[in-house]
Amino acid sequence: MAGLAATFGSGAMTNSIAELEEADCTLVTGSNTTETHPVIATRLKRAVRLHHKSLIVIDPRRIDLVRHATIWLRQHPGTDVAVINGLMHVIIEENLHDQAYIAERTENFAALRETVARYTPEYVEQISGVPAADLRCAARLYGAAKAAAIVYAMGITQHTTGTDNVKSLANLAMLCGNVGIRAGGVNPLRGQNNVQGACDMGGLPNVFSGYQSVTDPDRRWKMEAAWGVRNLPDWLGLTMTEMLPAIPEGKIKALYIIGENPVISDADADQVINPLQHLDFLVVQDIFLTETGKLAHVVLPAASFAEKDGTFTNTERRVARVRQVIPPVGDSRPDWQIIAEISRRLGHPMPFADPQAIFEEIRRVTPSYAGITYDRLETEGGLQWPCPHPDHPGTVYLHQGQFTRGRGQFFAIDYREPAEMPDADYPLVLTTGRVLYQYHTGTMSRRAPGLMEKAPECRVEIAAGDAARLDITEGEMVRVKSRRGELVARALVSTKAVPGTIFIPFHYYEAAVNKLTIAALDPVAKIPEYKVCAVRIEKVKA
Amino acid sequence: MPPSMLTINGARLTFESGQTILEAARGAAIEVPTLCDYKGTIPSGACRVCVVEVQGARTLLPACATAATPGMVVQTESPRVVAARRMVIELLLASGNHQCLVCEANGECELQALAYRYQVETPAFANPPDTPYYYEDDNSMIVRDFSKCVMCGRCVRACNERQVNQAIAIGYRGAHNKIVARGDYPYINSDCVFCGECVQACPVGALLDKQARGRGRPWELTRVRTTCPYCGVGCQMDVLVKDNRIVKVTGADAVPNDGKLCVKGRFGWNFVHHSDRLTTPLIKENGVFREASWDEALNLVASRLREIRDQAGPDKIGGWCSARVTNEENYLMQKLMRAVIGTNHVDHCARL
Repeated sequence: MAGLAATFGSGAMTNSIAELEEADCTLVTGSNTTETHPVIATRLKRAVRLHHKSLIVIDPRRIDLVRHATIWLRQHPGTDVAVINGLMHVIIEENLHDQAYIAERTENFAALRETVARYTPEYVEQISGVPAADLRCAARLYGAAKAAAIVYAMGITQHTTGTDNVKSLANLAMLCGNVGIRAGGVNPLRGQNNVQGACDMGGLPNVFSGYQSVTDPDRRWKMEAAWGVRNLPDWLGLTMTEMLPAIPEGKIKALYIIGENPVISDADADQVINPLQHLDFLVVQDIFLTETGKLAHVVLPAASFAEKDGTFTNTERRVARVRQVIPPVGDSRPDWQIIAEISRRLGHPMPFADPQAIFEEIRRVTPSYAGITYDRLETEGGLQWPCPHPDHPGTVYLHQGQFTRGRGQFFAIDYREPAEMPDADYPLVLTTGRVLYQYHTGTMSRRAPGLMEKAPECRVEIAAGDAARLDITEGEMVRVKSRRGELVARALVSTKAVPGTIFIPFHYYEAAVNKLTIAALDPVAKIPEYKVCAVRIEKVKA
Repeated sequence: MPPSMLTINGARLTFESGQTILEAARGAAIEVPTLCDYKGTIPSGACRVCVVEVQGARTLLPACATAATPGMVVQTESPRVVAARRMVIELLLASGNHQCLVCEANGECELQALAYRYQVETPAFANPPDTPYYYEDDNSMIVRDFSKCVMCGRCVRACNERQVNQAIAIGYRGAHNKIVARGDYPYINSDCVFCGECVQACPVGALLDKQARGRGRPWELTRVRTTCPYCGVGCQMDVLVKDNRIVKVTGADAVPNDGKLCVKGRFGWNFVHHSDRLTTPLIKENGVFREASWDEALNLVASRLREIRDQAGPDKIGGWCSARVTNEENYLMQKLMRAVIGTNHVDHCARL
């Protein structure tokens, strides 16, 4: 999100899910949408099949969406910046850019033009493997469309160049005047049900709710007054990926973890378990005893989504109600009650009668949520922020007329290689992600019989050519090794895999792929490079 | 009569160019029964239940597949229409194994509702045609009972036009018509991705949510609208509950999903009732967990956090919010960390 915030001034999906069916052209990159966001994928597929719109897919894997694509650009993993620069090169060369929009609404175009001038399709082909003619074709499709949308997900951000990748996509969208219009925009698909809401609510080291900076004295004073406290910390906190290495150094002694399972989901999993074991005190609050919970001193049983009231905010900034369906299971309690109880015992009562009362406080201190009420959610179904006052209808697409930061900022960005490239010892590229039938670390989905029937175990997707060369047959057990670890799982000779690249989902603790991935972080967003690392694969000897 | 006006059942109504008779009627809250019409798909005119009488037309016309035209005069419940509709319903009832007693769809079956509405007691055609009655029950999510299929084609259009999964089609010819997946394989061995859109679309009991089978009649279930707990799309869904147990989940006709769900949202809710659920606080002593009361656990958490804050400093404590809990809970967690503990070490897994 850091990339979009720098470019536009706001880091969220600019447009709405329903608009994806209307876009004349949609460019999907780093998102295996049919498996990770299946219902959004229905929009993309309907746009092609029912409304005859065009679809560009840029992905190293032959994902299902490729079947519906007008054109598929298959880049080498980690070469996204080069490909996007190449698209912009062609668009400028062929005069498909929106010069009036660039002049009126953006800045720093000259620097961008100078940088992308070097990225001729032929040069991009050398870096990325995308044929120059295909790149030209895709550039014309995107550049000539009246309204064109960009959709991306973790395949773009989980790189050491993640922020650069996002800024490059934002460059492309602004170049063609596609931001601030209906059915256009730059649209990051958030992976978890309330990841947008967790960010909006200040579940970040640098901001209060509504992205109000903790280093801004005015915002701190406002929150101090609202909360009846003094001396709120004025320093920037650490991210999750920074907190873990700070533990052995003695800089973090206690962690209170709600609903997260970093032992599986973090890069280089062994680097997570060790630090957590060194904590003086670890509290884990979850609905199951996760791999992380087993390391805790105290485990608190939380109620699931079905057992409480509240709101989630989806990937298109839409706030919608969560309603209690059944009473809490066993002696579990809703997370908000547990937090309030701990606060009370620390001398700061939080006497909220129900989640609606908490939401009323959120509205008072969070300008983008100020106009949203439970009553409106009841009658209107869902509201998209910013919604600054009770008469405001909510915002379907952002940056209409003007960017949040004023002018949109072009960033001239050069291609950099991923942190680890394949070599003689580790000749294959490993990329990770989700499969349709499982979800995240599997604590929920692996307890659903139907989902387990379709995806019972970890499968290593490998292309037929690579499998034949390594004498690996469908269904046999293989060992995958990186410089950091190894795992054993069953091979799946798949048409989704392309030569030189294997794919392993991260849902399975018994074949935890993040033991193999590299903990190299994007320097700005602190996101690990889950999408590229070097591995080798071998038969497990019987 | 001015353009874009037509008359339905004697009432003069406006309509928009391109609308069908069915859409024009619905716009005026005139209900024309259908079995095959399905939101967001191209009309097929397959079931013939929606036939209406149009003045000047030689035959009855399907309202779902006939364009409204200016000056059209339409009767939706004339004696001729009702006679034809009764015949269609009788034929549909006779075409399969429509025994309502133990059918899952009893009470929400659209064919049953039509038979009641048009008082079709016993079908005039008593003997079902000589087609084999398949019953596909070899996966744990969807049951296909071909003996109840009325060949309306809704599931096929739901799959191909709403979800665009392109997993099923109408196969074979004439009386041997059958919904086929790939080359007539069971769902589990086909391209089906188990989104369950076909189950939601089926007007009768031919496609069933297996997890709900035998667990409650439609009228015994309470329906609660909520937001899906899986990915970030935020699909709206209706959870159907009986005796504090979830029975099934269906897609709600609301933004952003317009009734659609995926396999996880529809069939992935079992974790809620799983025996592995944590039901009591746990405290670790000598390396093993023991059960504890809430008071004991909360006091321990508060006192340990207070000790570490007071002795080592608030910046030695971190709190992880969660992309899995509500806005209200995330807000309270960062408030606890910032206002009560005094730390900005607050984050969640947005990066992972």
